[in-house]
Amino acid sequence: MNKLLEIKSVSHVYHTKENETIAVDDLSFDVFKGEFISVIGPSGCGKTTVLSLIAGLLPPSRGEILISNTPVKAGSDKLGYMLQKDQLFPWRTIEKNVFIPLEIKKKLTDDAKNYGLNLLDKYGLTSFRKSYPYELSGGMRQRVALIRTLVAKPELLLLDEPFSALDYQTRLSVCDDVYKIITEQNVTAVLVTHDISEAISVSDRIIVLSKRPSKVKHIFELDYGKTTPLKRRETSNFSKWFELLYKEITND
Amino acid sequence: MINEKKYSLDHIRFLRKERNETIFVYVLRFSLLALLLLVWEILAVNNVIDPFITSYPSKIFTTVIELFKHNDLLMHIGVTLYETFLGFIISVVAGFIIALIMWLSVRCRRVLEPYVVVLNSLPKIALGPIIIVWFGSGNKAIIAMAVLISVIVCIMTMLGGFLSTDKDKILLLKSFGANKWQIMTKLVIPSNLPTFVNMLKIALGMAWIGSIMGEYLVSKAGLGYLIVYGSQVFKLDLVMASTVVLLVLSALMYAFITLFEKLAITYKTDSN
Ligand SMILES: Nc1ncnc2c1ncn2[C@@H]1O[C@H](COP(=O)(O)OP(=O)(O)OP(=O)(O)O)[C@@H](O)[C@H]1O
Ligand SMILES: [Mg+2]
Repeated sequence: MNKLLEIKSVSHVYHTKENETIAVDDLSFDVFKGEFISVIGPSGCGKTTVLSLIAGLLPPSRGEILISNTPVKAGSDKLGYMLQKDQLFPWRTIEKNVFIPLEIKKKLTDDAKNYGLNLLDKYGLTSFRKSYPYELSGGMRQRVALIRTLVAKPELLLLDEPFSALDYQTRLSVCDDVYKIITEQNVTAVLVTHDISEAISVSDRIIVLSKRPSKVKHIFELDYGKTTPLKRRETSNFSKWFELLYKEITND
Repeated sequence: MINEKKYSLDHIRFLRKERNETIFVYVLRFSLLALLLLVWEILAVNNVIDPFITSYPSKIFTTVIELFKHNDLLMHIGVTLYETFLGFIISVVAGFIIALIMWLSVRCRRVLEPYVVVLNSLPKIALGPIIIVWFGSGNKAIIAMAVLISVIVCIMTMLGGFLSTDKDKILLLKSFGANKWQIMTKLVIPSNLPTFVNMLKIALGMAWIGSIMGEYLVSKAGLGYLIVYGSQVFKLDLVMASTVVLLVLSALMYAFITLFEKLAITYKTDSN
């Protein structure tokens, strides 16, 4: 398998007038093409920082991050970033929201638009094309947010606790939907979460980070293949994985 | 989902109750006005209060008609409207642009902030004499007064809105590779449409204060001039009539902004 993302002894320090905070210290791991990776760790350990570094939104204080052997930079076409809340723009219709990345990247061609509209169609949102975000449920909005990320055809998708704003029931089904969309579209994904069961339900590998400053504490290889999240939750291994990860996260 | 026009009987009853309540409020509102006018009229006509000082509704009404016929009321209205409107437009445009510049450049904002704060706390009317010296005793001085009074609030309102733009939405655009200009045009400006409408409302009120105050200080025409002139020659009918005209004009202009708000903001924001 070929490496898509390489994180090589990356450190990040936040400087403010009052303090300096070492958020990430000497972090290294690789992500292979087609993988679904989860990064979990206690809250405040630096997960969001890691994603921002990968997205090129923060320059690492030390070390380097490569995507397909070239250093990352913000707005790279290879990357898509999905945040905790859907962040749809309320003054834009659903399709106009989906087109935002194309407008920013100056790629608003008919082909690209059609690609976006097809994605909306494929995932059951066509009838809401001309609707405004407030007319959609939380789960639908999160799907729109994912399609907005996918419309620029990224190879690597970064997800920062994308379901945590949803209620439990919706979270399970949206997580299932999102997983299917991501695997169907053949993108590599890095998901950040503090929800252990969510990580088990989607990942090929789980990277456990230590408390701040975050380092890789342990990497778990799951053997579910392409089993979907809801199916995984029904398997007998599920609780074993959960216990294992829970222990790893809680013991220092 | 949207096509749920078949309401239940309960809901129809609810809607009817709501509508009746609204109508009732309107009726009360106008009755209150009518009552006040009537009491005023009766008290003044029967000399319970001095009609020379207080004037009274029917007299004010005939004065307005008289003014229309013989004293170029339309000209005076035109002058005041012109000054107010120009002052308003200049403040809104300048305030918007200056706030944008202060958003675009953090350094610029840090440099300018204390100036804005100090100018805001200064009672602008104190600058009246200086303005008259600089701009002469005509329209220009009055427009300058209107601008001076409203532009600072415009800047502060707009800048406040720009700065409170959702950080995560900015992050999202940055992740697509947006530059500062794109963040401004795609996010910061459109998301602040409600702030803009707010600013219009505040600026309008301020521009009225500026233009009328300006006319009090220097002028040969306009509603403010009529009011001052009326009080100097002790024609309270004239003062009252001009004030009423002013009231109607400012209400009309405010209504225009409310209409603009309805047309421009067609979406709903939610707390998400
Ligand atoms: N812009 C910043 N300036 C200074 N310190 C920051 C900044 N952003 C984050 N930090 C600090 O860096 C550390 C890691 O933050 P980060 O947001 O990456 O953690 P996280 O694991 O994503 O947390 P959470 O579970 O709450 O999402 C925290 O201690 C935080 O206070
Ligand atoms: Mg976080």
